[in-house]
Amino acid sequence: MGIRFVLMVNKQGQTRLAQYYEYLTLEERRALEGEIVRKCLARNEQQCSFVEHRTYKIVYRRYASLFFLVGVDNEENELAILEFIHLLVETMDRHFGNVCELDIMFHLEKAHFMLEEMVMNGCIVETSKANILAPIQLMDKAS
Amino acid sequence: MSGGGGGPSLMDSLFQRTLDDLIKGIRIHTPGAAQSSFISKSLDEIRREIKSTDLQTKSTALQKLTYLHSLHGIDMSWAAFHAVELTSSPSFIHKKTAYLAASLSFRPQTDVLLLLTNQLRKDLSSANQHEVSLALECLSVICTPHFARDLTPDIFTLLASTKNFIRKKSIACLLMVFTQYPDAVRVCFKRLVENLEASTETLAATVGVFCELACKEPRSYLPLAPEFYRILVDSRNNWVLIKVLKIFAKLAKLEPRLAKKVVEPICDHMKRSEAKSLVFECVRTIVSSFYEYEFAVKLAVAKIREFLLDTDLNLKYLGLQGLLLVAPNHSWAVLENKEVVIKSLSDVDRNIKLEALRLVMSMVSDDNVVEICRVLIGYSLKSDPEFCNEILMSMLSTCSRNVYEIIVDFDWYVSLLGEMARIPHCQNGEEIEYQLIDIGMRVKDVRPELVRVGRDLLIDPALLGNPFIHRILSAAAWVSGEYVRFSRNPFEIMEALLQPRTNLLPPSIRAVYIHSAYKVLSFCLHSFLLPNRTANFLSEFVDMEPDFTYSESERELPETSGLSETNADNAKNSSSSLKKDTFTRESVVNVLTLILTSLSPLAGSHDVELQERVRNLLGLAQLAQQEISYHDDHKEKMVDRDDLKTSIIIRLINDALSEDFGPVSLSAQERVPVPDGLVLEENLSKLDIICADVQLPISKSFSLVVRPSFLQTDGDSVSSRQNEEESETSAAESTSLLSEHRKRHGLFYLPSDNNQNTSTGFPPANDPNKKDNDVEDLVKLTEESLALKRKSNLARPRPVVVKLDEGERHPITVKKTQSNDDLISGAVRDVLLGNEASSQSNQSSGRRRGKTLSKVDQGSESKDNMENFEIGNSSKRRSKHRIHGKDKKHPSPGNNVEGRDENGEINKKKSGSRHGRHKARQRADGGINVVVQKPVIPDFLL
Repeated sequence: MGIRFVLMVNKQGQTRLAQYYEYLTLEERRALEGEIVRKCLARNEQQCSFVEHRTYKIVYRRYASLFFLVGVDNEENELAILEFIHLLVETMDRHFGNVCELDIMFHLEKAHFMLEEMVMNGCIVETSKANILAPIQLMDKAS
Repeated sequence: MSGGGGGPSLMDSLFQRTLDDLIKGIRIHTPGAAQSSFISKSLDEIRREIKSTDLQTKSTALQKLTYLHSLHGIDMSWAAFHAVELTSSPSFIHKKTAYLAASLSFRPQTDVLLLLTNQLRKDLSSANQHEVSLALECLSVICTPHFARDLTPDIFTLLASTKNFIRKKSIACLLMVFTQYPDAVRVCFKRLVENLEASTETLAATVGVFCELACKEPRSYLPLAPEFYRILVDSRNNWVLIKVLKIFAKLAKLEPRLAKKVVEPICDHMKRSEAKSLVFECVRTIVSSFYEYEFAVKLAVAKIREFLLDTDLNLKYLGLQGLLLVAPNHSWAVLENKEVVIKSLSDVDRNIKLEALRLVMSMVSDDNVVEICRVLIGYSLKSDPEFCNEILMSMLSTCSRNVYEIIVDFDWYVSLLGEMARIPHCQNGEEIEYQLIDIGMRVKDVRPELVRVGRDLLIDPALLGNPFIHRILSAAAWVSGEYVRFSRNPFEIMEALLQPRTNLLPPSIRAVYIHSAYKVLSFCLHSFLLPNRTANFLSEFVDMEPDFTYSESERELPETSGLSETNADNAKNSSSSLKKDTFTRESVVNVLTLILTSLSPLAGSHDVELQERVRNLLGLAQLAQQEISYHDDHKEKMVDRDDLKTSIIIRLINDALSEDFGPVSLSAQERVPVPDGLVLEENLSKLDIICADVQLPISKSFSLVVRPSFLQTDGDSVSSRQNEEESETSAAESTSLLSEHRKRHGLFYLPSDNNQNTSTGFPPANDPNKKDNDVEDLVKLTEESLALKRKSNLARPRPVVVKLDEGERHPITVKKTQSNDDLISGAVRDVLLGNEASSQSNQSSGRRRGKTLSKVDQGSESKDNMENFEIGNSSKRRSKHRIHGKDKKHPSPGNNVEGRDENGEINKKKSGSRHGRHKARQRADGGINVVVQKPVIPDFLL
């Protein structure tokens, strides 16, 4: 499985979105998130975006106050994951217009929905922004 | 309860809090008690609301709960039923909420899971593609074997959907379905393969699924190589290309002929592509799987260099990683970039430092190990504690690899270990402890230096204050005690072992100290009381030693004997000088007083181990003191020393202690030959005579023969004789039972038979030339049985480091468990190699293959006919073997042919040339059916 989880965490270390592609119990998730946040948020701009943790490799990128952390297998291509993160942010930008932490907080379901369009079972299935957003726009129109 | 709109009131039930309200509420309350009380209050509301019959209320409640679950870790397993309920809502929004809740919170154990089956099926066949998509997405997360089995037909239908939107999701969902229910492969795999050449929109999903499948078991996907090749050449989607490269990296390892074909296009991508991710993937693929192609590796290393010199830290990190992959096969690449690597050791980023360290370690060889270690020790002194230990650990593990393979100068290495112990941040005590003792046992020649290093560590009182190196001190103490005969000044060691600051040590290590002191004392007394014997003993120990197993190994390695001879001389010289200068009556008396004064308080220690050892030592010291002072008073001569009680005891103790520890082979037991007349597989019926009164509970597996005697418990001679007869008659039966058992549970038996030829002697596991006669053996055995601590001497002299058996690995091979992956790949093989035989798909695939191949094989059109012939043949093949032993559902037509075909396949692979292969197949066609474990690898790409 390529991508094993996607986390969005703010500067204070509060989780803003958590999507796992493998089953972990609540306790395991909480422990994992805590460890990762401690490890990654302590790093500065002069350090690279890849961190090894347990059996995962974590690829992360910071956008304003929000950290996007993606846990992948060791096999996965780190740079591609960085591009994936960027694509995700761009897609959200296009939908929300200059996306910020609050957008994701108050529209968590939509964020999940976009993520589901992009990733299934840990595999990236869609990389076109228009395609990712099409169902959401339809839904917005309907409601 | 602080704030949050008051307590539960009528308002709550009339005006439900929305998700937005909840989020705002959480934000208002400061994290901690206030927030958690707000959350628990909201939870109470949710519990009430979720039971509502109004779907909107229920949906909002579920939405809020999902939010709390996902971001605040609130358990929502209790609401599983409500989520299932809501999936059947006619409203798409409700459905969406419900499915999201399900995919985020359901787990395989959720009890209401099964209730979802019908709704999923309904939604999968819905006319609304978005409903279908919701169901697929949810299924891809929560899929269980049950779901997979029941819903495979629906997914099969969706795989042929005309809408890309649906198709790509059903493809992505397949991965989960396959892992949960391997039989689905037989149904769906063909449609999955068809999608490899369909529109580009679904390609990302399809290739993703294949990449995951191929990672687990690549062999089954070799037949699809042409399709992947086409994608590699044609696709312009970097995501897809990266995945395809990963697949090829796996496949190329299995099929070298594939590499020739693929390496060109990969290099093209590497040269052309703008995307760093793709370039890096090409580099990684080349250096890990195509490292034999010099030009490709050169290109890749050039790219790695670009990465290394880039200002982007990410690229630098990846460059180092790439270099690490090249290192095993092309060390020149690392040397070319040596500067960057060494500089990276002092990078700001710990991850980059680590990669650099790994690279440096990969460069280590026996020529440069001294130099590199010196550099690294320097770095470790400058680094932060964490990285310092990282450096030390990697040095330790690299140097000890393969039983210290790269170490030539052990004196240097031992002093390096001592140096490491003094590095302030050192926390690798355990490993250093292990290596000090291990080297002591394995490398005889290093012992004097080892004792010196140990002494330096022991006499430094400052070191006792650092708990991280207590373990090292324990090793130093042990070494000093065990090899005290190499010490220049045993009294100094004794003082170090008994210094007051040793009370900082934990009792277990203090016990080692005391025991070492015991050894030192017995050595001192021995040297003092029995000077002649000591000299004899020393020289005997080192060079004559007919009784010591060293001699055998020396015989094996005559060129080393010179070395040990000189060593022996040294030892003799030093011992004689010791004797003259050090072991005066006065010094021995001083030592005894020292022991008695410093250890008496410890005799009442609460630690059992410590107390016992202290008492041992005190006892010996008191005895010696009494006798020595007694004879002092009576002005007796030295000559009489031999008759002292102490002398006799000391002689015994010293004999016991002077025996060397040696490493013991893991397979030592296995190599003990079975003595003549002992039949291990015989039944233990005679045991009854002995055990008749005891009545041990005997397990059922033995009951066949043993039971009857137990019925007649008296165990008189009659019954036992009867027993013997019985056992004889049933001997054959039981042997066969035993062998049956062995066959089935081979895991629990010691591996045997293989090494029996090499073993001859009893205790030493590795001296096939043992020639001592039995009497001597017996003497030695009895001697050993007196000495509790003795083990068989297996040491070999330097420069050889004692290695017992190659690799010293665990003798029991781990039984391979049959996993789902096997099932999947087995099914895949069946489908790929079998179903294509069915007429219509055979044609299409044949055509397709032909096309691909003509593209692939531009240089060799003349072979096309040949190819087609091969394809026809290969598609007729059907793999008959199932490694997974799963009962097949689809009967395979004409499977008589395949066994033979496969046979041919194997032969084909072996013979190098196409011609030879062809012939081999023909030959093998007439062959016998042999169960072949290797899968069929068609050679489309040639």
